[in-house]
Amino acid sequence: MPGRRFNIVPTHKDNKPLRYLLQALNYSLFMGIVWYFASAPAVRLIDEDEAKLTIAFAHAGQLREPCRMLSQEELNKLAPNMRKLDDCPRERSPVLIEAELDGEPFYKAELPPPGLFGDGGVDVFYSAKIPAGEHRLSLKMNDSVRIEGFNHQFEQLVSIEHAQILLIVFNSKQGFVIKQELN
Amino acid sequence: MIINPLKRVYLALESWFNFSFGTEWNPLYHLGTLSFFLFWIILVSGIYLFIPFHGSLEGAHASVEWITHEQWYAAGVMRSLHRYASDAVVVTVLLHLFKEFASGRYRGFRWFSWVTGIPNLWMIVTLGITGYWLVWDEMAQYIAVGSAQLMDALPIFSGAMTRNFVSGGMTDRFFILIEFLHLLGQPMLLMFMLWLHVKRLSNVNINPPRGLAAGTFIALLALSLIAPAMSHAPADLSRVPIEIRIDWFYLNVYPLLEILPPRQIWMLTTGVTLLLMMVPWLLPKKDGPKAVVDLDNCNGCGICFEDCPFDAITMQARTDGARYEHEVTVDADLCGACGICAGSCPASNPFRTPRGHLNTGIDMPQLRANDMREMTREAIDSMSGDLKILVFGCEHGIDVDRMNGDDTRGIKLICSGMLPPTLVEYALKQGADGVMVTGCRQNDCYYRFGNRWTRLRFAGERKPGLRARAEHDRILVHGGAEPDAPQIRQDLDAFRQRLRELNQSAPVDAGETV
Repeated sequence: MPGRRFNIVPTHKDNKPLRYLLQALNYSLFMGIVWYFASAPAVRLIDEDEAKLTIAFAHAGQLREPCRMLSQEELNKLAPNMRKLDDCPRERSPVLIEAELDGEPFYKAELPPPGLFGDGGVDVFYSAKIPAGEHRLSLKMNDSVRIEGFNHQFEQLVSIEHAQILLIVFNSKQGFVIKQELN
Repeated sequence: MIINPLKRVYLALESWFNFSFGTEWNPLYHLGTLSFFLFWIILVSGIYLFIPFHGSLEGAHASVEWITHEQWYAAGVMRSLHRYASDAVVVTVLLHLFKEFASGRYRGFRWFSWVTGIPNLWMIVTLGITGYWLVWDEMAQYIAVGSAQLMDALPIFSGAMTRNFVSGGMTDRFFILIEFLHLLGQPMLLMFMLWLHVKRLSNVNINPPRGLAAGTFIALLALSLIAPAMSHAPADLSRVPIEIRIDWFYLNVYPLLEILPPRQIWMLTTGVTLLLMMVPWLLPKKDGPKAVVDLDNCNGCGICFEDCPFDAITMQARTDGARYEHEVTVDADLCGACGICAGSCPASNPFRTPRGHLNTGIDMPQLRANDMREMTREAIDSMSGDLKILVFGCEHGIDVDRMNGDDTRGIKLICSGMLPPTLVEYALKQGADGVMVTGCRQNDCYYRFGNRWTRLRFAGERKPGLRARAEHDRILVHGGAEPDAPQIRQDLDAFRQRLRELNQSAPVDAGETV
């Protein structure tokens, strides 16, 4: 066999017992790194005296312009199958929202209606840590450019525990609602 | 030779692993195959875990607890293997990235493999994220809320995602989406990307050596038994988890949400990704002239086609009317300009045209087979010592010019794989007392297979092999990087001594010309 006479120098000399020992050491180191960073260092998400206040809801602002009833003359100009009685412009009002906690500003935003024609509903989401305990919470919202000031208002004394998430939602029937679910 | 600091770190790490594992099992030489092996562990354990897993808001955490505690000896071990193998993959993939960067194997003709490799980091990380999400514990809640915040920073979501993860906003349908992503969508996409990543390579191997695979599996199994993977408390969207023991291999981006707005995190992560993808052009290196086929000397034997590491050579029907069935063509975009094909071509045999110009079937314009023969002759003639030793070395191993002396001459090749074994025989016939061939470290060829093919060719186990009648005792095949130069010089001294002994017992006729 030509290969048997051939001089190939191995890069490293073979020393099996030492090599197996070193391999065990390397594998241990590798697994040590895997094990440690798989769960450490821990991340602390909230301090002892903190809680979280979250405002989260979807809401469509009112139409910028009111619907208008078409006159008979205008209806006559339309094809018979397209004679819709009212004309409602699609564009909606921006939603202006202001929240105060214990009289201090907590959140303020003016959210324009999304969409190519500005006719979409807005998604409101704001979440921030607050001190646990009792707070006076007030919320104001305007969802129509045709109304001066705020047309939705809410004020309440709330109590919030350490690590609790106090969730404020809004629906057009009930207005602002606190969802305070605790296990 | 100046070595960049990163390469120096890599070479030191490589030396340590060679010392510990030997060159055959060195994990740095098998990072790709090791990653595939870990994927197999993840796949098999994942299939097992899917059977008892219950993908629902109420059932997910409870089923994972059953897996972890009730059937700890089987499903629990599978869960730990699944997690730790996933973490280990991140280590092997990052080491792979580091290795290729440190050793300069990312630019020039290699740009495609580099660019298609970077997005795999995202694939792997997002696959891990959806996996953690399925457990639906406090960490899953943390990931879900954080991911939603990140998604909402993108223009297409506009705040709608995060609202899903407020109290009462979740439904079981969410698990259907995550299960689809984690079990099918993401793995399929990852497989496709991995296929793309190795598309420009030939002889792709996806299995690590058995010893390395066994060692890795035993280590993972031991870790799984010693420190089984555990869950946090069940997710509760009405409370903030106080402390999370996060998996930093996968979830390292989420703590950034505490200090950076989501949009800046996107800018940071995509910026780093794009920067990495642009590295081949930011730190460019021009490839040498590509291999050229000379059909007058090519009989279409296909050895170069077999040996090309980069799939740059294709076989096709003869176009020049010659009597042979096939010819080869070279795709210059894929060619690494390594010259391995020239070393494999039987027509590179220097004995073919002893007096005339040596034309071979496939050749490198920057260092033709004829040039190698001329350099060999000149080097032998220029030596004046009691011995004449030629050292053929590659550009990426040790600097052979530094071995020059009265009795030694170095000849630098692009890759040791471009050396036809017959040229070594030719050198001995021309009066050289001995020939040393040195390439990159064994199993770590800059051009993938140069030193492997060289060893096999010289051992007569791969065509074109060194002939049995060649003076094998006067040939030494070595390999090593610059830090190995002292050891190689020491071995060269021992080789010198052996050649002297050989000369004393059977002197070579140094004047013989073929």
